[in-house]
Amino acid sequence: MGDTLLKKVWDLHTVRQLPTGQTQLFIGLHLVHEVTSPQAFDTLRANGWKVPFVDRTFATVDHIVPTRERTRPFLDVMAEDMMASLERNVRDFGIRFVGLGDIRQGIVHVIGPELGLTQPGMTIACGDSHTSTHGAFGSVAFGIGTSQVRDVLASQCLALEPLKVRRIRVTGTLPKGVYAKDVILEIIQRLGVQGGNGFAYEYAGDAIDRMTMDERMTICNMSIEGGARVGYVNPDDTTVEYVRGRPFAPPAGEFDRMATWWKSMASDANAVYDDDVEIKAGELTPVVTWGVNPGQSIGIDDKVPAPAGASDPKAITDALNYMGLTPGQPIEGMKVDVAFIGSCTNSRLSDLREAARIVKGRHVAKHVQGLVVPGSATVAKAAEDEGLAEVFREAGFEWRSAGCSMCLGMNPDKLVGSQVCASSSNRNFKGRQGSPTGRTLLMSPAMVAAAAVAGEVTDVRELL
Amino acid sequence: MRQISKMTGRALPMRGNDIDTDRIIPARFLRSITFDGLEKHVFEDDRKSAGGPYNRHPFDVSHFQGAAVLLVNANFGCGSSREHAPQALQKWGIQVVIGESFAEIFFGNSGIIGMPCVTAAAEDVAALMDLAEREPATQFAVDLVAGTCRAGAMTVKIALPPKMLEAFTSGAWDTTGMLLDRFDEVRATASRLPYTTSGPV
Repeated sequence: MGDTLLKKVWDLHTVRQLPTGQTQLFIGLHLVHEVTSPQAFDTLRANGWKVPFVDRTFATVDHIVPTRERTRPFLDVMAEDMMASLERNVRDFGIRFVGLGDIRQGIVHVIGPELGLTQPGMTIACGDSHTSTHGAFGSVAFGIGTSQVRDVLASQCLALEPLKVRRIRVTGTLPKGVYAKDVILEIIQRLGVQGGNGFAYEYAGDAIDRMTMDERMTICNMSIEGGARVGYVNPDDTTVEYVRGRPFAPPAGEFDRMATWWKSMASDANAVYDDDVEIKAGELTPVVTWGVNPGQSIGIDDKVPAPAGASDPKAITDALNYMGLTPGQPIEGMKVDVAFIGSCTNSRLSDLREAARIVKGRHVAKHVQGLVVPGSATVAKAAEDEGLAEVFREAGFEWRSAGCSMCLGMNPDKLVGSQVCASSSNRNFKGRQGSPTGRTLLMSPAMVAAAAVAGEVTDVRELL
Repeated sequence: MRQISKMTGRALPMRGNDIDTDRIIPARFLRSITFDGLEKHVFEDDRKSAGGPYNRHPFDVSHFQGAAVLLVNANFGCGSSREHAPQALQKWGIQVVIGESFAEIFFGNSGIIGMPCVTAAAEDVAALMDLAEREPATQFAVDLVAGTCRAGAMTVKIALPPKMLEAFTSGAWDTTGMLLDRFDEVRATASRLPYTTSGPV
């Protein structure tokens, strides 16, 4: 009987069993940002603790940064306070930091992989639930809260409960116009927003095997939306070639040895899983959320559900009321006010290329505000160099600087009133995009581009 | 650390499945370098939408002010990893949360700040919620060791993973202390990892 990657990585990083029954797990990479760390650094100061593994810790700023006017001090005094606090903390504790103006700055889950910090076989932690993104490399990556950020800063360890593993095999070929984002939205819809509670999700199957690292990151990113704190893909040649040559990748002389080890950490062919699910890629269509959690989604050809006969009719009624929808209404044709392409889910170069392909030679509808926010300054530069930024600008999109932007209401990019936003981000919770009554429709970047052009939810397959 | 085993007080029912942390504390209130004052913004946007048996948000109902026990349904605290959510509830006065189930990160974040999340059967949670709404003055007595919540004439079973229960009741829930306890073993684990020998990341 073989082992899963989760078990191999878990065992290798186990320091000891704690009296609480939890496992003390060593963390190979700790990514730090401005929102969930200030209180943790304060506790370290109060106790006279140092950060013992500064060479396994890396910080950037993403959540609060404005994507337009970035002159310091920021207009928002609270944002400025957080920024200054992070700068002071990384200086005092000797932590490497990439700030605004640095080409390496960006959304923490975009820059980790981009810089080669994220590597297979590692344990990774960050005070953000979308840390699951890094699992795309065959690392085991945990989103944590501030007290756990304190734990990792002070000890480079976490106290954790063991996880079960559910394998999700995506088999067959994705139809044209159906993307990684549609796959993960479909998985969450089928297994439920709490289906992954207590599980790590292992994404496997030939459709996943053929995916690029960007696509695998999109899938792993939203594991937490299905309740799974950890999601991963076994490392293979695609993984190895992505990491090769990146700034923090193992040096050339060591690379092959590391690559061999990385691949050896993949789940064994005879590994046993706690659960096994198959998703047939060929059956999928573009997916759009209609409700107030990422599990409330339908195919573009489908109609908004009715409360009657549902397992939780109250939740459906509540979501319909909030979204201003009626049961049986098609989602296609729903008018949108804002189109947002960005976030740690879908702001990488390949996402922008796919969206640009749709908007090229077309124009954003008159009543729509279109926003493209690259995931990192590096992505922004690459997109500018190959002319994507120009394509977006010509189509009437605003081209912004790297940050979390409109994914969450922590910076100047926010919905207003009950605006409807076609969004490539990861959460459609009530108020998520900064307006207490704002409405979010999650979809792939290509579908957002299509909605921007049409001015309403539309089937991207007709524009390809 | 403080030993946590018994909590008594009135209960506040917060009905609904999949209540996410963006609802518990909207992101704009995370723009701070401390947790101070978060209690003022618990469910802030949610509270603006009237509903429920009093046509008011439970956190705005006068009877529930000062409640120590929060009653919730399934998958409470899903979404963002923001510890600000349990911090806000705790600073508001909540000492223990009883629910059908909890999102994993929220469960951990609550435990680590000394606010246990305990589970109970769906029908028991429903009965407790009904009781709190019908007779809001009822005292709820939660006993982690006995594994019970007593309220009025009712006694319902509550559950917590056994080792976690031990941690709360013995006061050994200070994770940093435990993790730093045998630091030589941390260094030993680090040094045997294949990737640490090829230098820093």
